[in-house]
Amino acid sequence: MVKLPASRSGEGPYLRVKDLRVRFDTEDGVVRAVDGVSFSVERGRTLGIVGESGSGKSVTSLAILGLHNAKRATISGEISVGGRQLVGLPEEEVRRLRGRDMAMIFQDPLSALHPYYTVGRQIAEAYRVHHPRAGRREARGRAVEMLGRVGIPQPGKRFDQYPHEFSGGMRQRAMIAMALVNDPDLLIADEPTTALDVTVQAQILDLLEDLQQEFQSAIILITHDLGVVSQVADDVLVMYGGRAVEHGSVEQVLRRPQHPYTWGLLSSVPSLHGDADADLVPIKGNPPSLINLPSGCAFHPRCRYADRNGDRSRTDVPELRQVVERGHLVACHLPEAARQRIYRDEIAQVGVAR
Amino acid sequence: MFRFVLRRLVVAAVTLAVISLVTFGLFFAVPSSPAKVMCGKNCTTEDIAQVEQRLGIDQPLPRQYADFVKGVFVGRTYGSGDFRQDCPAPCLGYSFRNNQPVTEIITQRLPVTLSIVFGGAVLWLALGISLGMVSALRRGTVFDRAAIGITLAGASMQVYFFGLVLLYLLVYATGLLPFPSYTPLTENPARWAVGLLLPWMTLGFLNSALYARLSRAQMLETLSEDFVRTARAKGLSTRQVHTRHALRAAITPIVTIAGLDIGTSLGGTFITETIFGLQGLGKATVEAVQFLNLPVVMATVLLAAVFIVVANIVVDVLYAVIDPRVRLN
Ligand SMILES: Nc1ncnc2c1ncn2[C@@H]1O[C@H](COP(=O)(O)OP(=O)(O)O)[C@@H](O)[C@H]1O
Ligand code: SF4
Ligand SMILES: [Mg+2]
Repeated sequence: MVKLPASRSGEGPYLRVKDLRVRFDTEDGVVRAVDGVSFSVERGRTLGIVGESGSGKSVTSLAILGLHNAKRATISGEISVGGRQLVGLPEEEVRRLRGRDMAMIFQDPLSALHPYYTVGRQIAEAYRVHHPRAGRREARGRAVEMLGRVGIPQPGKRFDQYPHEFSGGMRQRAMIAMALVNDPDLLIADEPTTALDVTVQAQILDLLEDLQQEFQSAIILITHDLGVVSQVADDVLVMYGGRAVEHGSVEQVLRRPQHPYTWGLLSSVPSLHGDADADLVPIKGNPPSLINLPSGCAFHPRCRYADRNGDRSRTDVPELRQVVERGHLVACHLPEAARQRIYRDEIAQVGVAR
Repeated sequence: MFRFVLRRLVVAAVTLAVISLVTFGLFFAVPSSPAKVMCGKNCTTEDIAQVEQRLGIDQPLPRQYADFVKGVFVGRTYGSGDFRQDCPAPCLGYSFRNNQPVTEIITQRLPVTLSIVFGGAVLWLALGISLGMVSALRRGTVFDRAAIGITLAGASMQVYFFGLVLLYLLVYATGLLPFPSYTPLTENPARWAVGLLLPWMTLGFLNSALYARLSRAQMLETLSEDFVRTARAKGLSTRQVHTRHALRAAITPIVTIAGLDIGTSLGGTFITETIFGLQGLGKATVEAVQFLNLPVVMATVLLAAVFIVVANIVVDVLYAVIDPRVRLN
């Protein structure tokens, strides 16, 4: 069954997140892990979410699947999946969507698979939860089919093996098979290739692209690797300290980045800027504590342009505003002219993201 | 699997040989003659020599040890002439105290200890594991706090204290239960159970405290594992996530510890047996040590070692069955 992309079927984005906030009350204080983030993803499209570790990417994705502990996380805002509003929905109803309409792939497939059950059984289980009338044989058949579909050789034999008998890449393929076994419309991949070596990484990304062609699902790809984003994403959201700082198409964000943090991120990816000796300034310092976020623009302690806006970078939280092109949003106080000048003089000539 | 068990059995045999040698050596390091003790105050040197000969302890040590080993596997003969005594295999000798064959002592005492330990283990595992799991799942609730409090009290209490309290409350003060006694299971199951209820409750409560704490910690750790999150992400119900995924993983190390605990206890539960006046292996061992009753000491110590060694092998095999990552070869 081939589903029409949303743009053609006229439904609008499959996933819509609006002003999402996730807060944890811990002994050390209140962690504002996600602080007013909005985005949407259509079927057949891929949104890349990037940012250093601790910027709230995983918390965002777990919030969409409703996997946070309701007692410890406070979630507000809107999460609409296929037209259903998930925030505030009873757990039982969210559970029925999980694994069927939306599925997730995790970073470390070894720890994400149960060590005591065969890979096949775990996939078949995912199928049977949402197909209660399916028998053992049908579920097995479906799991074997999926294992084959994600490029695992001898799927019938592999079905009966345990996760530790798979290589890292094969394990991640098995995770993908499990996530896609119910043909979900939304797939969230949280750093799916971080634990893999480079060649396997490329294969997994290719596989995800192929499968997206086939299933027309909406994909969120979370990563701290801009190279990965440039390879597979259509849109990019850059997160810093639980907030969105830049948002737009891959073209816009990676080729014509407008936020100082994105400039810094790009400088740490040699493959993305042409001249290895070019003088892009890497980001100094460490990501901020989400309990005690710096005032104003959370990036200001690390930003070399923080002084160019009077006190505003330290006092006012910059809002996401459109810059230059339609759909390209940036949260920075730098005046348009100043940013253009810095971009032209210091950033563009090193050939960011050719 | 077969080769693994075989290898472990060889190691076990060596272990037992070493333990028997050490016990033998230690015993004779004690500067006191069992013959003198047996013979009484008014013994002449000749009397003592005669007793020593009858017991076979007039021989040099290596010879005595060789005789002991021979006795175990093929049987042996003690003394000579009027005092001649044939002891068929497996011969563990005769008690220095009353000349009772040691094998007979063991067959009398072992069922008592077996009954105490297995009954207690059923109770402590059932109680401990379920309490621990439920409090992990209800972490932070009143139930959890109460369970932590009770198990803390249980874990810090001693058998002799708690056993005596139970004895006082249930037997002397209220007469709810008869004073503990041992009736063979085959003779009268109901009497068997009633007679052992107190030791079971004592061991059950005290050990369940430990197992509850262990299970709770294990379950909490498992609940934070990635594969539990995966199970939830599939859309499984909370119940399925807990039983099929979390419990399965959390229980594995507990099985190991339980196996070893049971193996160790089978060697004798001296304090419990003493408090409740039950003639088990533990009491036999301690009494034998007090009377320098070497044959009984040897037998009970070796038996305890056998239980521990066997429990280790069983636990390893069980682990390989439960955890597919463990390969025995
Ligand atoms: N359950 C939780 N309780 C408290 N703090 C949390 C919890 N989960 C995540 N956090 C915090 O939220 C922040 C963002 O985490 P995360 O979304 O995992 O970052 P990343 O962008 O690397 O995926 C981190 O500082 C993390 O410590
Ligand atoms: S708002 Fe100020 S501190 Fe923040 S990125 Fe822009 S210039 Fe830097
Ligand atoms: Mg993460």
